[in-house]
Amino acid sequence: MIDLTSLTLSGARGLLDRREISSVELTQAHLDRIDRLEPQLNAYIRVTGDIALAQAVRADEAMRRGEAGELAGIPMALKDILSTVGVPTTCGSRILENYVPQYNATVVDRLAASGAVVLGKTNMDEFAMGSSNENSAFGPVHNPWCLERVPGGSSGGSATAVASSEAVYALGTDTGGSIRQPAALTGTVGLKPTYGRVSRYGLVAFASSLDQIGPITRTVADAAAVLGVIAGPDPRDSTALNAPVPDYSAALTGDIRGLRVGIPREYFGDGLDSEVRVVVERAIEVLQSLGARAVPISLPSSEHALSTYYVISPAEAMANLARYDGVRYGLSLPGDDIWSMYALTREAGFGAEVKRRIILGTYVLSAGYYDAYYRKAQQVRTLVRRDFDAAFGEVDVIVGPTTPTPAFPIGAKVDDPLQMYLNDVYTVPINMAGITAVSVPAGLASGLPVGVQIIGRALDEETILRVGDAFERETGHNLLRPPMTAEVSA
Amino acid sequence: MPISRHELEHLCRLAHIALDESEMVDMLGQISTVVDHVSRLQSVDTEGIEPTAYAVPIDSVVRDDDTELSWPTEAVLTNAPRRYGDFFEVQSIFE
Repeated sequence: MIDLTSLTLSGARGLLDRREISSVELTQAHLDRIDRLEPQLNAYIRVTGDIALAQAVRADEAMRRGEAGELAGIPMALKDILSTVGVPTTCGSRILENYVPQYNATVVDRLAASGAVVLGKTNMDEFAMGSSNENSAFGPVHNPWCLERVPGGSSGGSATAVASSEAVYALGTDTGGSIRQPAALTGTVGLKPTYGRVSRYGLVAFASSLDQIGPITRTVADAAAVLGVIAGPDPRDSTALNAPVPDYSAALTGDIRGLRVGIPREYFGDGLDSEVRVVVERAIEVLQSLGARAVPISLPSSEHALSTYYVISPAEAMANLARYDGVRYGLSLPGDDIWSMYALTREAGFGAEVKRRIILGTYVLSAGYYDAYYRKAQQVRTLVRRDFDAAFGEVDVIVGPTTPTPAFPIGAKVDDPLQMYLNDVYTVPINMAGITAVSVPAGLASGLPVGVQIIGRALDEETILRVGDAFERETGHNLLRPPMTAEVSA
Repeated sequence: MPISRHELEHLCRLAHIALDESEMVDMLGQISTVVDHVSRLQSVDTEGIEPTAYAVPIDSVVRDDDTELSWPTEAVLTNAPRRYGDFFEVQSIFE
């Protein structure tokens, strides 16, 4: 008897299409697994079992009629920052604990049109601010590879659900690494598409010039399939690029001969864990053995990208989060007048990290500091972009580590924001430049997953997915499963 | 550059965030550390460099000037913490 929760998206697609299994069976198997594992993992904020089973029944009917979409009948999970009609969307925050959207995010509509089955909403750092999933108002998520360690963040619930087979795939969001970093730390594939490739309509805003939605999966081929469904222009998001959506799956030829792979010197500096370095260097050797050519390059402004990020993203966040005022939706605590209502509501509703970033954003935008911090950061952002433009004149993709270290213990960095922020040092530059990158499992370091990051030109998801897929076929690192989840299946 | 307590209190007022005493103490140290780190940007030569607000070209998006239905009032008010008829109710703004 096949373990239905071990299936990838493409594996499940085949069995469903041949009627060897039903979506109801597949969905129920995942709901049972969620029941067994959630007490230890806390990957979900809300499981929507009844809705999932109803969607599965409809998907089975559609498949019988031969009208099923590419994702029909396959159970997945949504980060709880993506708006869902009738299902609370909390953003991991007390301030939105009881907020029920009246509209769907565009990606949710596109998944529904393809017949997707939504198992629930996944845990996350509050308003996507964090790299460890410890900033959730609904408790931390535990890494399935080692329950005492963080799964990364902010899409830590989505990554954990996929890594532990509590979902076949999931959607996350990535503002400075929030898809790729948890994917690396949980041994999953995490794709941050080009800024504008996927509509942000219905994604609760954190930093509007950086936020992007993308898939977390167990294979690169699955990420390609999901991206093909969710990508494309949207009249409801003026920043969604008006570019045609290619057939990403067709790009996965396995052939990377002659490809020029840039190795950025700055990504292999002092902050990189020695075991992670060994794993990533071995990954580069694998790409060379497949016929790619490694080219040393330099991205000199990288060292300033993190500082730039921690000016620009708090500035955008403080403006976006001004809307949580206790008037139209969300938590509301009465005060003596409207001013005290604002302050009391936001005091009780926001966690410490969100307050830190709002205050930081207020500081860098305030009179006397605007030019020194905010404008300066936007100028350095231009330099970061130019680095990538120059590099992509010489190479086709850029490869390096996704994170400086493997998963760290829960609580280890919670009182030191700056140390926490350094987790994003290799992922942030990609968001600053608006380009695309995917993190692919590259093996283990002391029993913990390590991700290799493949960075591509704007709108060239096809090439990075082709490289990731070729690497995966050669190494099979993506097939490694967390030991605790294997015990549950047995 | 450390942030003074006076400055932090001013920022909290601007951001409409109240902090209790222990949060205030933690925040002073943490914000100062982060500001100190990002101050390294001052050393970068950006003479003549245009700022980037969006990394991709953002064009104005217009649609035909046709009348469309907006949300029904009840949907808009579904999540209202307090309502008065078809309005959001708030506490007094003026004395």
